[in-house]
Amino acid sequence: MKYLVSLLLGLIVGMAVFFALLYYNPFAARTTVSSLAVSGQNLIDLSYSAVPAESIAFTNDGESIIQPHPAKIAELWEPTVKYTWASVVLLTNAMGVPAGIGFKISSESELTRVLESEALVDSVWHIYLPARGSFFIDQTENYWSYIRDVVIPARWSTGDNWRGAWNRITTVGPNALGTGRVTGAVGEFAGLEGEVVEMLTARAYSADDGPAAMIGNLSISIAAPGAEP
Amino acid sequence: MIKTFLFGIFLGLAGTAALLHYVPAVDLYREASLITFEANVGNSEVFQVNLPHDRILAGIHGQGNPTPANLQWPDDNIFAGSQAEFFKVRDRNDAVVGVASRISSTKAPSRGVIQWMLHLPARGTMFVLLGQVPAADGSRRGILRGGTGDFAKLGGVITESFIADVQDSESDAEARIQLVTRLVGPQVEDE
Repeated sequence: MKYLVSLLLGLIVGMAVFFALLYYNPFAARTTVSSLAVSGQNLIDLSYSAVPAESIAFTNDGESIIQPHPAKIAELWEPTVKYTWASVVLLTNAMGVPAGIGFKISSESELTRVLESEALVDSVWHIYLPARGSFFIDQTENYWSYIRDVVIPARWSTGDNWRGAWNRITTVGPNALGTGRVTGAVGEFAGLEGEVVEMLTARAYSADDGPAAMIGNLSISIAAPGAEP
Repeated sequence: MIKTFLFGIFLGLAGTAALLHYVPAVDLYREASLITFEANVGNSEVFQVNLPHDRILAGIHGQGNPTPANLQWPDDNIFAGSQAEFFKVRDRNDAVVGVASRISSTKAPSRGVIQWMLHLPARGTMFVLLGQVPAADGSRRGILRGGTGDFAKLGGVITESFIADVQDSESDAEARIQLVTRLVGPQVEDE
């Protein structure tokens, strides 16, 4: 009996040590500078509020702690879209002036590998800038750092919230340098292609309601295929 | 007993690693893809939006009747003449298979083009551009501008039709938007 208890205790300690190593892994991605920012290319910078309650609309399966907004919006409860969430946001330019509207649709990725510190999400954007045209974005995002540095500390906190300064690039692909793809649609972007990185800056998170103060930023480089932007 | 404890630790480490390696963290639900092959055309698939229930959002500048009812659509003048919608998308068997955004504008520079982004989780996303001038039967034709996943390397034609009077006893749709994709893969040279 004592050997069984000893084995079980060892198992529990082993699992706890494994998760601690995974959680405190210092080699997990902590990208804060994009390859686009240091490339010298001309960039389009667009920002938005990443707080669902401050968006134009946000919807998910309705069972998450993050509630759909506005209250009467249809929820994505069907099995095929249950792990998908979507938001419609007002995009502002670098001067804070409204520049357009963005639809962002994200789905949990089957390529997620917890062992490799990856909590991957496949995201696509449909961006409409009335004065200029529109384009599409597809990217893979890694939310591991966000979960580890913001979400879990908020849940562990006695006040069920987190306050601080967290700033990370979430885009990790599909391009080789960890950038996302841009596909021009109409207007001045017709026929163009490019790259993008998305960055999140969080200041406050509530374990009960989700993000309380968070800004998203898209840095976009777009040019004719094969041309230097 | 110490040896048993140490063996337990090793087993815990190895077992957790094996569990995380072999058990997928995310396993998305899939509906069977209802694709038909048309000779000299390509792979054809029908997607549909049942109205009004599948319309998640409709934002039209200056219109007082948005969907959902309490939606606060931006009133900046730059959005005048544009219409943005967000839908659930179904396959031809009426099963929800994804979500889609649709944007159109009556003002330059986007005038004349209707844009769709169809996102089908576990399959990929299609970026679609349609001409705004409808054919004689009211449908609009366009192209697949790009895509991800299953649609990454495909090209082809997409047709959008609006069916005003739906005769379907199995759904409570009053109208329907139908998207028919006819896609082909890239031509591969024989060695």
